[in-house]
Amino acid sequence: MLEVRNLSKSFRGLRAVRDASFDIPAGDIHGLIGPNGAGKTTIFNMIAGVYTPDSGDIFLDGKRIDGLRPDQVCAAGIGRTFQIVKPFAGLSVLDNVIVGALQRSKNVSEARTLSHTILEKLGLAPKRELPASSLTLPDRKRLEVARALATRPRLLLLDEVMAGMRPIECDLMVQVFRDLNRNEGLTILLIEHVMRAVMALARNIGVLHHGELIARGTPEQVVRDPAVLECYLGEETEV
Amino acid sequence: MKRAHLGLVLLAALLAALPAFAGSYALSVATLILYFAYTGQAWNVMMGFAGQLSLGHSLYVGVGAYAAGAIFFHYGIGPWAGLWVAILLCVALGMVIGFLAFRFGISGVYFALLTIAFAEFTRIGFDHFDWVGGPGGMFLRVAQRDTWDVAAFRGPPLMYYYTMLFLTAGAFALCSFLLKSRAGYYWQAIRENEEAAQALGINSFRWKMYAVALSSAMTAVSGVFFAFYYNNLFPEQMFHISRSIEIILGPIIGGVGTLFGPILGAAVLTLLSDGITELLAALGWEFPGIKQVFYGVVLLLVVMFLPHGIWPPLARRLGLNA
Repeated sequence: MLEVRNLSKSFRGLRAVRDASFDIPAGDIHGLIGPNGAGKTTIFNMIAGVYTPDSGDIFLDGKRIDGLRPDQVCAAGIGRTFQIVKPFAGLSVLDNVIVGALQRSKNVSEARTLSHTILEKLGLAPKRELPASSLTLPDRKRLEVARALATRPRLLLLDEVMAGMRPIECDLMVQVFRDLNRNEGLTILLIEHVMRAVMALARNIGVLHHGELIARGTPEQVVRDPAVLECYLGEETEV
Repeated sequence: MKRAHLGLVLLAALLAALPAFAGSYALSVATLILYFAYTGQAWNVMMGFAGQLSLGHSLYVGVGAYAAGAIFFHYGIGPWAGLWVAILLCVALGMVIGFLAFRFGISGVYFALLTIAFAEFTRIGFDHFDWVGGPGGMFLRVAQRDTWDVAAFRGPPLMYYYTMLFLTAGAFALCSFLLKSRAGYYWQAIRENEEAAQALGINSFRWKMYAVALSSAMTAVSGVFFAFYYNNLFPEQMFHISRSIEIILGPIIGGVGTLFGPILGAAVLTLLSDGITELLAALGWEFPGIKQVFYGVVLLLVVMFLPHGIWPPLARRLGLNA
């Protein structure tokens, strides 16, 4: 479904991402992990149309999407959340989601119906009339997901949505994503620091270090990979 | 919602019946209130809905007024044709400003500065524009008429009052419709967080341009009204930044982004400032510039105690959802 080919991006000479290639088959849940500054969010922003890659291509179902604007990427079928949440603070929770739902709904009342269903799914329904500014951080993260889902994406990009959640809330979110994946065939690419979530959710994982993909595989393979252990824990030395 | 509708119907009926028991002075004050309510509503589309701060809305009033005025002055063509020229010119100007700003990522205070710059150099341009009289101004032929000559937009004060009432009601209805439609959701999303709006599939450039186009078109109509109501136009008076400030004070004091804020704000400001002027005149005191001082004090008080304007807390008190 998503193909990333030899993607590179530099910021003022700093190579944030170099020559990254991976693909995500339809129906997959794919994790992207790596230490801080490894280039995860940069890859994300290139897929989402925020940055244009210096070189390399991104294809969604065979159609080239790199260099498109964020709204065009969304229209192509990719929904995203922001690591630093960006709610429409002055609008109600419901209205936040309606904005997303209007992407594919003909009118506001149709969008409202869809939004109710999504809020229900994420457990935000009782808070739908509150202004988004009054939500707690975990609820704001849920709102990010609800809004992105409302655009009815085929591929959902999740940027650290579990960060700041308690383990039990985290497990609930994992369940929501699993259901969406199983029941609606939603493909998911997630960046995550919370290993509990990544291990529970991802079928395949790519590990980024200094902008390079150093390992790929199932969660079990990746955690045993010496290169991965080295980048997280440091090199093993003889004592 | 029901109470809000009832309130609106009552207010509309009251305003429609006002001339029956108001004297000519009260009628002129009411016309002025409606003029500021309508123009404030036009500005509110850009700032209140889409979050784009214009501090140069006198540009559209002035260009609208001069366009329709000059066509009448030179060719004797009435305002109904001139109106379209005015709207076309103002929308074109708005598009130029919008394109320059939004295409090159100028936003926030820098966008506001750009709008001031356009209004200012248009003012200077008109000072040297002899075809419309330059700094000496342009005077439209005044014909005192007791009958309604709607075609030439000449008639008694009553006609101007009802025109403004019609415009204000129309703008209110249009904005209330838009706010509940796709456009309203998109504009508010852009206002609240443009990056998030884009991620949800909104072409923010296009929707900001729509907001500017609508706002400038509506303001152009204010300009045409101004030209035929006051009959004399001076660049210094039309395009001056104090005119732009005057336009935006109403919606700010009433409540930016609310539908009723511009109307309430215009009423409060005009009634209080005229009241103070009257009061001082009655006492025989004279303070030049008291109106500006008064505006400053009211703005200060509202910003300090009602940061969202008068209308939102008032609407809550009345049990309406703003």
